[in-house]
Amino acid sequence: MKARLLRVNSLSVIGEAFNAALASLNAHRLRSFLTTLGILIGTMAVIAVVSVLQGFSESISNQFSDLGSNTLTLRAVNEQENFRSGRINRLSFDDVDVLRYKVAGIERVSPVITAQLGVTSYRGRTATPQILGATEEAQDVLGVETTIGRFLTGSDERSGRRVVVIGTDVRDELRLPRDPVGEYLLIGREWFRVVGLLEKRGEIFGFSQDNRLFIPFSVARALTGTFERPSMEVSFTITDLTQVAQVRERAERAVRLARKIAPGKPADFEIRAADSFVQRFNQITATATAVLAGIVGISLLVGGIGIMNIMLVSVTERTREIGILKALGATRQDILIQFLLEAALLSLLGGLIGIVLGLLAGMGIAALIPNFPPAHVPIPVMIAAAGFSALVGVVFGIAPASKAAKLDPIEALRYE
Amino acid sequence: MIELRDIVKRYVLGEEVVLALAGVDLFIGRNEYVALIGPSGSGKSTLMNLIGCLDTPTEGRYILNGRDTSSLSEDELAEVRNREIGFVFQSFHLLPRQTALQNVMQPLVYRRMPPAERRARAVRALQKVGLGDRLDHRPNQLSGGQRQRVAVARALVGEPSILLADEPTGNLDSRTSAEIMALFDDLHAQGQTVVVITHEPDIAAHCRRTIRVLDGRIVEDAQNPARAA
Repeated sequence: MKARLLRVNSLSVIGEAFNAALASLNAHRLRSFLTTLGILIGTMAVIAVVSVLQGFSESISNQFSDLGSNTLTLRAVNEQENFRSGRINRLSFDDVDVLRYKVAGIERVSPVITAQLGVTSYRGRTATPQILGATEEAQDVLGVETTIGRFLTGSDERSGRRVVVIGTDVRDELRLPRDPVGEYLLIGREWFRVVGLLEKRGEIFGFSQDNRLFIPFSVARALTGTFERPSMEVSFTITDLTQVAQVRERAERAVRLARKIAPGKPADFEIRAADSFVQRFNQITATATAVLAGIVGISLLVGGIGIMNIMLVSVTERTREIGILKALGATRQDILIQFLLEAALLSLLGGLIGIVLGLLAGMGIAALIPNFPPAHVPIPVMIAAAGFSALVGVVFGIAPASKAAKLDPIEALRYE
Repeated sequence: MIELRDIVKRYVLGEEVVLALAGVDLFIGRNEYVALIGPSGSGKSTLMNLIGCLDTPTEGRYILNGRDTSSLSEDELAEVRNREIGFVFQSFHLLPRQTALQNVMQPLVYRRMPPAERRARAVRALQKVGLGDRLDHRPNQLSGGQRQRVAVARALVGEPSILLADEPTGNLDSRTSAEIMALFDDLHAQGQTVVVITHEPDIAAHCRRTIRVLDGRIVEDAQNPARAA
């Protein structure tokens, strides 16, 4: 007999409880809204911040994605003291040759000189873009593309041609024609012919990536003077992606040797993966997200307590109704499910509204900050936010629902 | 089918033990029409709660349709109420936010009946009490008499073995009271077992048998002279 009495709740019962829960929330619309406001604001905050952070992070990743993870960069390291004493440590052209000829596993080497040549001018207008001396390898290693004309070639390098490839900001600032190829620029005291226009790259942290120009490495080297060591970085790609760590180690040893650094002494240079910046940025984003999750956890806790409070009031108000349902044959489980569903639904509605408002807020924030990438929220985050808000409702609905389920039918029926 | 054997019910109220029923023996057979009367505090409400399986006796046995319900768990009692008992209350006890039809369908929800069948049976029950044209009215759109008819339809929809009415006319005027009692007379004529708890002699007079409760005991159990329907 007991087995017959242990009934399994069919879907239709849940459906019925769902309708009853909706009707009950609808009957107290304002109260329901105010109750779920805590959940709403919590979810809205998390979605707004996540959308801004994710949009930011995605844009950074995209900007660095053309710099493959098989690219390493060698640069000189300077202590604060070096700048004060004026003895600034720089890479030498020998270091470039070491990488080029003495380290196995390196595919292409692209040294880039940051040249201090002075002002760039065109028909009386002046600009001060970043002047970079590079070889043809820069196109592949740094992922530079031209939209008009061509990039630097090996022939430019060998013959020391005075040619220049310019960024879009340079063209716009100097009011060059839309197609600037064939025009002549005065860089420092030398004339350069424009041979190409770089693809627009946009900004990172508000710094334009387009306010620069490339001249042949040999020309930059010649113009910066033989005695002075120019400020230089060397990027290089690795033939076999699985060998990155080994090649990096070999390169480090070879450069130490070339720079005559005694064993055990700290190196005055570093070799970094080009995407380590992205990794660091992602770490920052992850930390910010974790901190945020903690804050949201607290706000959802507060929201959950609000829901529990109102559900307890609601159970008391509906004591007689619960008595009626029990007289009609509702089991404790039936009552429990109905009130749990009501709490979950209340919380879920708050969560859903919060997600929508959070998205709007995120888009608004991203739009208000100049040069900020558009907001973006991954779908799984939204699903998780909705699921979590429903879960909060269930957890905080347990106490009121079990109070309702435990009511004595006679007492409940008599309740005024 | 209702068989009470030496039922004792004691309550603990604070430090005081109240003896609500002091040994009640009672048998009510199929298709009887019984009035339970007695002043307030006599124990007739306690008796009704026991018969309706809302409560269990402290001592004694209650056998309903051959099944001993004295030791059932709360959820087992809920199922017995759902299948065997149809309650009609003095203040109607309808669910205020639901329509007449939804109110009548509610007991069938707990019987895990498919919605279409639930609806068909609820419509039939409402037609039976003369409210076939009020299916979508909410309780506050209905008169007192109509509300009580909805309650009767809800009590009958599950085809219970007992229709248990607690002061069913207590909140109604005399004309509506007469209508409700006429409905009970009809149901009895159709074979329904009806138990009415009342303190009004007029109402009791509708029944075929009157049981008078006083101080937790049955003091009188009499067959009424047959009435013209």
